[in-house]
Amino acid sequence: MSTQHTRRLALPSAILRHTALLATGALILIPFVWMVSLSIKPPGEIFRASFSFWPEQFYGLENYTRALTEAPLPQYMLNGVIVCTMIVVLQVAVCAPAAYALAKLDFPGRNLLFAMVLIALLLPHEVLALPLFILGYQIGILNTYAALILPYIVSPFGIFLFRQFFKTIPDDVIHAARLDGLSEFAIVWKIMVPMALPAIIAFGIFSVVSHWNSLFWPLIAVRDQNLMPPPLGIMAFKNEEAGNDYGPLMAAATIVVAPLIAAFLSAQRWFVEGLTGGAVK
Amino acid sequence: MAEISIRSMRKSFGATSVLKDVALEIADGEFLTLLGPSGCGKSTLLRILAGLEVQTGGSLAIGERVVDGVRPKRRDVAMVFQSYALYPHMTVLENMALPLRMRRLSAWQRLPLVGRLLPGTKVTADQIDQDVRRTADALSIGHLLDRKPGQLSGGQRQRVAVGRAMVRQPAVFLMDEPLSNLDAKLRVQMRAEIKELHKRLGVTFVYVTHDQSEAMTMSDRVAVMLDGELLQVAPPQEIYADPDDRRVAEFIGSPKINMLEAKLREDGFAETAGTSFSIPADLAHGTTLALGIRPEAFHLVDSHGENVLTGSVRLTEHMGSDLYVHLAVPGSDHPVIARLLAERAPHITSGQTLHLGVKPERLLLFAADGRRLRPDNRPNGTVLRMKEHA
Repeated sequence: MSTQHTRRLALPSAILRHTALLATGALILIPFVWMVSLSIKPPGEIFRASFSFWPEQFYGLENYTRALTEAPLPQYMLNGVIVCTMIVVLQVAVCAPAAYALAKLDFPGRNLLFAMVLIALLLPHEVLALPLFILGYQIGILNTYAALILPYIVSPFGIFLFRQFFKTIPDDVIHAARLDGLSEFAIVWKIMVPMALPAIIAFGIFSVVSHWNSLFWPLIAVRDQNLMPPPLGIMAFKNEEAGNDYGPLMAAATIVVAPLIAAFLSAQRWFVEGLTGGAVK
Repeated sequence: MAEISIRSMRKSFGATSVLKDVALEIADGEFLTLLGPSGCGKSTLLRILAGLEVQTGGSLAIGERVVDGVRPKRRDVAMVFQSYALYPHMTVLENMALPLRMRRLSAWQRLPLVGRLLPGTKVTADQIDQDVRRTADALSIGHLLDRKPGQLSGGQRQRVAVGRAMVRQPAVFLMDEPLSNLDAKLRVQMRAEIKELHKRLGVTFVYVTHDQSEAMTMSDRVAVMLDGELLQVAPPQEIYADPDDRRVAEFIGSPKINMLEAKLREDGFAETAGTSFSIPADLAHGTTLALGIRPEAFHLVDSHGENVLTGSVRLTEHMGSDLYVHLAVPGSDHPVIARLLAERAPHITSGQTLHLGVKPERLLLFAADGRRLRPDNRPNGTVLRMKEHA
């Protein structure tokens, strides 16, 4: 990126741009900073009128200990890891071949199928909650990991995203692969998916974030405390009668989002890095 | 043995007919070029040969075997694409090894980690590695094996693409305009290298191009295609000097052949552009002809007469050894272009009147429908014979 940056902005316009960017950046960042700040403050300091990032009395240890012990947060996080990993792996396993067929193979009804994918894209998942619940009951998977995973493995968004990306890969590459002796599935896994890695990773982030934070479907599909997702660990400190216990609540929230931020930051460079360069010309 | 036999090959996309009844026999070890302007169906024909496209009708045999409906990888053909079509996420070594891995290793042996533990994998993998390195060294890209295609120059990518095709020793090489993405200098160099490669490997090459200089310099035979039809299949020299069809004559040669429309008079002379040419023929008078004259068929003469074109010079182009003269002649919208040896025509300026003579035997005659009319040298006189269309 930096090597191509030859044009320099004029000073006033640079200042203007950076102000706007900093303002939007701050707008998004401040709640997180506040969250971290509250998670290390004792209850008395939380409701003070004046704001300071650092607490007068460091109360982080107490808040984080309560967050981890009051509710089985580690168990919830482990559930989150298991469910999100399974979902993302199965989603890619289903979406990549489907998207390849829609993007590169010629068969009757292809456009109709793609139109159906687009329609499915319009449906919010909540609409399907009841039918899925009944279906889950019928096949007897309610209250298991399967109930949390299976409804999500066919992702219309994933199929759509991969299809658009696969479309940009030249046909000649596929022709070459066929001549080299690759089967259609081998083309998907050995050629298309590696070439579409930025799209796959972007999709993976979306998928993991949304399922990590999801509470609606898990509360419907499972009852067992041992299967609950991470957000339920935050719910434990939301108390109607005694008021919310903000210190541990924020500590739990910090613990829950931390893996997401870590994952996002480590995957970030893949978005930027163009992996498709050099295929042709 | 890999002779290729194409019989009444047809291909249409919807209502558009791309290949119209193409028939072609390619000998084992031959270098055949499919030459034609873009959209003439030459690439489609090549993709049908590779098995990447299915023909609408007709049959194809490679070697003794009819390969209609046979999958690309079972045809023993390799292809080099115009865009090279390298796998950008693999190194040069992996790119070149892939066709061998797919053929020599079983599906289990190709598995990551587990595959290495299976019996025989290591021996085969080492063999593949050696083969790739040998091929890479032959193409002098041995030092690039660890790089990815994105880190290579156009010429190097081109070699890798050739290497990937070469490494598995196919019976037939298919090349789809492999040089068109290279700069002019590199193109000339690669032209020689591909020719050399053909000599060394001795296998059948089918080469698609729209560049006539590539076709003329590299091929054993050139097949000129236009609008989905094969117009003529012949050695390069014959295609140039003895075209079967007006379209072939017009497509081959730079500058383009001069075409003068003429009418045959009773006395056996064809009248055009303010002069008359003696036609060695007994065609019915009144016949409409097109006289094709290659630019180099002209020579300077002192005065106007039969077989001499007279006109005023519009433009001269010095090309070093040659001088191109654009001559405006009466009755023709296009200037006639003559190629003269520069040292024999030193003082030509625009506006000057020039007389250019043509020997009758250097005229190429075409009938109104574009077919070539050939003088047939028989003892009792020369007659014109309509050559049957191939």
